[in-house]
Amino acid sequence: MLLTVGKRRLPAKKTKRKKEVLVSGLRQIAFYGKGGIGKSTTSQNTLAALAEMGQRILIVGCDPKADSTRLILHSKAQDTILHLAAQAGSVEDLEIEDVMKIGYRNIRCVESGGPEPGVGCAGRGVITSINFLEENGAYEDIDYVSYDVLGDVVCGGFAMPIRENKAQEIYIVMSGEMMAMYAANNICKGILKYANSGGVRLGGLICNERKTDREYDLADALAKRLGSKLIHFVPRDNVVQHAELRRMTVIEYAPDCKQADEYRTLAKKIHENAGKGVIPKPVTMDELEDLLMEFGIMKKEDESLIGKAKVEEEAAVCV
Amino acid sequence: MERTEKAKSQNADNVLDHFNLFRQPQYLEMFEKKKCEFENPVPAEEVEKIREWTKSWEYREKNFAREAISINPSKACQPLGAIFAAVGFEGTLPFVHGSQGCVAYFRSHFSRHFKEPSSCVSSSMTEDAAVFGGLNNMIDGLANSFSLYKPKMIAVSTTCMAEVIGDDLNAFIKNARDKGSIPQDFDVPFAHTPSFVGSHITGYDNMMKGILSYFWDGKAGTVPPLERKPVDRINIIGGFDPYTVGNMRELKRMLSLMGVNYLILSDNSDVWDTPTDGTFRMYDGGTKLTEISDAIHSKATVSIQGFCTEKTISYINEKGQQTAVFHCPIGVRATDAFLMEISKLTGKPIPEELEKERGRLVDAIADSNAHIHGKRFALFGDPDMTLGLTGFLLELGAEPIHVLCTNGGKEWEEKAKTLLEASPFGKNGSVYAGKDLWHMRSLLFTEPVDFLIGNTYAKYLERDTGTPLIRIGFPIFDRHHHHRYPIWGYQGGLNVLVWILNKIFDEMDKNTIVPAKSDYSYDIIR
Ligand SMILES: Nc1ncnc2c1ncn2[C@@H]1O[C@H](COP(=O)(O)OP(=O)(O)OP(=O)(O)O)[C@@H](O)[C@H]1O
Ligand code: SF4
Ligand code: SF4
Ligand SMILES: [Mg+2]
Repeated sequence: MLLTVGKRRLPAKKTKRKKEVLVSGLRQIAFYGKGGIGKSTTSQNTLAALAEMGQRILIVGCDPKADSTRLILHSKAQDTILHLAAQAGSVEDLEIEDVMKIGYRNIRCVESGGPEPGVGCAGRGVITSINFLEENGAYEDIDYVSYDVLGDVVCGGFAMPIRENKAQEIYIVMSGEMMAMYAANNICKGILKYANSGGVRLGGLICNERKTDREYDLADALAKRLGSKLIHFVPRDNVVQHAELRRMTVIEYAPDCKQADEYRTLAKKIHENAGKGVIPKPVTMDELEDLLMEFGIMKKEDESLIGKAKVEEEAAVCV
Repeated sequence: MERTEKAKSQNADNVLDHFNLFRQPQYLEMFEKKKCEFENPVPAEEVEKIREWTKSWEYREKNFAREAISINPSKACQPLGAIFAAVGFEGTLPFVHGSQGCVAYFRSHFSRHFKEPSSCVSSSMTEDAAVFGGLNNMIDGLANSFSLYKPKMIAVSTTCMAEVIGDDLNAFIKNARDKGSIPQDFDVPFAHTPSFVGSHITGYDNMMKGILSYFWDGKAGTVPPLERKPVDRINIIGGFDPYTVGNMRELKRMLSLMGVNYLILSDNSDVWDTPTDGTFRMYDGGTKLTEISDAIHSKATVSIQGFCTEKTISYINEKGQQTAVFHCPIGVRATDAFLMEISKLTGKPIPEELEKERGRLVDAIADSNAHIHGKRFALFGDPDMTLGLTGFLLELGAEPIHVLCTNGGKEWEEKAKTLLEASPFGKNGSVYAGKDLWHMRSLLFTEPVDFLIGNTYAKYLERDTGTPLIRIGFPIFDRHHHHRYPIWGYQGGLNVLVWILNKIFDEMDKNTIVPAKSDYSYDIIR
């Protein structure tokens, strides 16, 4: 039985064409960082600012929590690809229109979704979703695609955006807290794995202020150690929460406030950072601790401090 | 211990095969005891009652409302199809990145069907690889495969395990190359084949596209991409085909008769039909690696089984080639369409020899028409195969009543419906996409048919429902050498016709087998 014959006519089924060579000029970025550090908040605000600059944007949430687009869509949580696929029977039964929502300044939003906490495999969900988006031409007619990934790069699934032909620049959100820096370093290890065989680069560090000691200097120094740079220092500001309560970005909720300008500056810096990513040079745990000592946050090789509570410490000092 | 002659289960002068051995009283007794003591049995009448109930319309409705379970789905997983495609290339070793058990299953599946050794390696990921990622398995696996089995090419696919943890083949193979597992210029095309999506035909498609795009688009970034310079030649892709040995040879014969300049992409007819002459051939025949590169320049590509090549065909199309897609052409009309399309693409007329073969098939169909006409059939199989068979049955005047395809989707469903609607013999037919063999069981009980067409697994349906089975499909484990016979082309149509007729006559003979009772007609002639 004959289906189709003819030059350049695709099979009757809606073609699931994989965009292998991506439209030139498309910026593919991803936000990584320790859990709860502010990736989703920072990325949505920054992308809203980029949209203000006239950029056409697609956000791909790679987190089962599906909270990567709520500030753009003003919604509690978007219907996710995996949720819709489960309803429809399989991912193959979905159309791109089913999963893509349009939010603030025409920002296109997709959430990959995934299992409830404690069950299933979220990494596989990320792989499935990104493949679906690519095969269905979601990346056409946009300037930026941004992936918001949860927590650390724990497995190959969460590293999916770092693979070849996916995100080219990774932005690590961190703070002056030791564990945030530790996570940043770990993420660099993940990037390094893929950087040698593919094109992924570290775009830079974004310090999301936690009001720790000498936070800016520390973040700046870590960025340098990693062979990268501190792209921007985002101050902590309560207006972020005020906007968040209204499911809005600061850019939209209070466009004239100082914090909005901070995100605008970050957006501009990212925009100008095209092609300036580097292959990171992750450091060892010892080197990381040395750095903290250098900034006087930890005392040098003071074994007596390790495992001591604050009261004990103060008592010891008094003696 | 002394045993009486009677109690002994075996006797050296007359060793019983297990078929008969386990029917001996001592075994029957043992089974009965085991059942009573350990199986917590329900009374036989209760079992019988439920069995009867499962044959009812009421149960059928419940069965079709089933959502969260598949029972005997008629499909296999992606890597199986990827291996099928890979071994059709010269000196190619299929390499499955993932757990060993899967590969043991793929190999035995092919070996049981083709009765041939099926070489395929696994990167043998175990628990530690699942935790730490399979990169080292890839590095060592490629090095070992390359030095032990001396392939010309290694084609990598994946099992579920590697897919869940998200191993990235592209990056891994590059790493292995850099670590010296394989020479820098050694060809290692690859395809991710997650079995949670699609079936073996999806895997076939992914691997075929993986191999073509590897050769055409610059061998994973190691050489410049090829530039297409059209030449007067056509490519043929067969798809996942259980009759590949017979079909490929028949195809080549027909194309040679027409004088067509062609290239077959993935020809596994030799590797699954190696002669016994004292030489073990791990690899045999297949599409030459240089031909894979050449294939980009061909003016057109013809896919004989479109559902096996959806992504591959649209990829080839994007390269600027013409494409034509068929669905397992069986019988007169389907072969006509196929040959006419080849003739149109190449400008070569269909030779008289083939026209004569056509006439012979038409003649054969006419000779046997009285016996097939109006017979009711149920059939299942892969999407292309079921379309091909349905078309042929309609042509024979048989009535396809239940057409079921586990790995068929909406598009298949529409095509199958259109096919049925176009013929008066199709008006009683229904199509079932995504259903399994337990659904088929309900169909056979509630709306019985005369014959069932399917693979070896349908044997259980035959026993359960009493519907005589005609074995056509994949896998066929319990009959030998069917794969050596083509089902495509006019000759292939003849084979399928004979298989169907043989079963019809066997059933007729069964029905008239009692001497001086049921043999009142002159049964020598049918
Ligand atoms: N600059 C800031 N000023 C004040 N609050 C902030 C700032 N950045 C983030 N927050 C707050 O921190 C909280 C956590 O942020 P967010 O959800 O963006 O983190 P995340 O890194 O995406 O977390 P996860 O890893 O769980 O996805 C939010 O409730 C947000 O209001
Ligand atoms: S670690 Fe990753 S691959 Fe493993 S179960 Fe979790 S999400 Fe899935
Ligand atoms: S379905 Fe997955 S686990 Fe099962 S054999 Fe196939 S690849 Fe292996
Ligand atoms: Mg988040």
